[in-house]
Amino acid sequence: MLEAEPKLRMRGVVKNFGDHAVLRGIDLTVSEGEMVCLIGASGSGKSTLLRCLNGLEPVDDGEIFLDSLDIAEPGLDLGPVRQRIGIVFQSFNLFPHMNALENVLLAPRRVLGKTRDQMMGEAEALFTRFGLAAHMHKYPDQLSGGQQQRVAIIRALAMKPEVMLFDEVTSALDPELVGEVLDVLRALQAEGMTMILATHEMRFARDVADRICFMDAGVMLEEGTPDVIFSAPKNERTKAFLKSILV
Amino acid sequence: MNRREAYEARQRKRALILATISTLLVVAILVIFVPMAPGWEQVRKSFFSGDVFVQSFPKMAKAFLLNIAIFAWSAPLVAIVGLLIALARSVRSPALFPLRIFGAAYVDIFRGLPVVLVIYLIGFGIPGLGLPRPYNSPYIWGTVALVLTYSAYVAEILRSGIESVHASQRAAGLSLGMSERSVMRDIVLPQAIRRVVPANMNMLIAMQKDVALLSFIGPVEILRQAGIFKSLFANFTPYVVAAAIFLVVTIPATRYADYLMNRQRDARS
Repeated sequence: MLEAEPKLRMRGVVKNFGDHAVLRGIDLTVSEGEMVCLIGASGSGKSTLLRCLNGLEPVDDGEIFLDSLDIAEPGLDLGPVRQRIGIVFQSFNLFPHMNALENVLLAPRRVLGKTRDQMMGEAEALFTRFGLAAHMHKYPDQLSGGQQQRVAIIRALAMKPEVMLFDEVTSALDPELVGEVLDVLRALQAEGMTMILATHEMRFARDVADRICFMDAGVMLEEGTPDVIFSAPKNERTKAFLKSILV
Repeated sequence: MNRREAYEARQRKRALILATISTLLVVAILVIFVPMAPGWEQVRKSFFSGDVFVQSFPKMAKAFLLNIAIFAWSAPLVAIVGLLIALARSVRSPALFPLRIFGAAYVDIFRGLPVVLVIYLIGFGIPGLGLPRPYNSPYIWGTVALVLTYSAYVAEILRSGIESVHASQRAAGLSLGMSERSVMRDIVLPQAIRRVVPANMNMLIAMQKDVALLSFIGPVEILRQAGIFKSLFANFTPYVVAAAIFLVVTIPATRYADYLMNRQRDARS
């Protein structure tokens, strides 16, 4: 029997900012429907890795296969790739001059050529599902951080991506608002979305992730199931990091 | 009234008294001492003649309509040209590099020249090419000179607005698969334009005044009309009339621009 083709496969991905090497040869394979959590100290390269996957940062070397398409190919038109790989940012980045609904409708209208009416049912269903039906017509500055982040997730989902990337999506939230965003992530996992998260929510990662990857100074130092990584890490740096964060 | 309020009420009263005394003092000096100057009688007759004021006013007001007309069709042109230049300077694609160079050169040249000089060069120079009748009018080419100059300033204001929109907004648009063009049009520009409205209001007010510079090349707008009356009456009062008419328009406009600016600052803090 043939092994299922992985959804996403990175091989030897290198990214430098000037003289500073941020990613030094990353290998990572993600299967369809898998949830992978990237952990590691600030500056270890988690965010950059996600931004490279979405094409926001061009990689300097290596390959990134989405199904059979190498999206690290220099000069590739990234528009269609970005439709397939959605990303949600730490700071939400909603468009402040549009209300929540317009934020969600903009890209489907401009990129997929859908009309407002065509998208309306779908958008309303998403807002309802994530408990935001009452807030569709509010502007970002009228929403709490947790609500804004959920709108940002809906905005990405409206493009019907195959893979979702989450870049520390709860780090800018007040502690009492973290839960509502994590609930959304759980719901997405339950419906089989392929997801990669950079996160500092260790308990959440431990409960929910299929696999944990520990990054340190641009290198993937250790990966494994949550049980293995959290209970019996092999690498000294992993041990030190977990000790520092789980006191 | 609590202690704080009582203190502030005392302070306000003190400030009011001081302001009243100092204002009275300044007015008294003006009223008493200026007329004591040896040439005052002469100045009063030649700058503040009631008769000349009344006789010249209707035609002066009518001439001002031409200023308004020139302003009215220049302003939208400035908005369009300014936006195009700002966009030319903001393109990122390496293939469009010549466009960036053009934008930068345009801004350097027209911001670097006095408006009057541009008006002279274009207003006299281009009709000098021997264009047929309606196209050699100083109205047209004077206005073109004004539009070219002010577009350079407006372009720079717009560009600063475009650059003030945080990079994460662009990233958010691109990450959804939107094109650079769509990101600029739907996400960056609407935010940028809103931010620079007050600054552009000030540009418009400045341009409204500079329409008077066209008087140097021909059109009988308010300043030239004043010059004609000056010769006719051998009196400078028409210039005071022109000044009064300008102020009636520009003071409310500047107040409104300040109001917009304050509102924006309050909204941000």
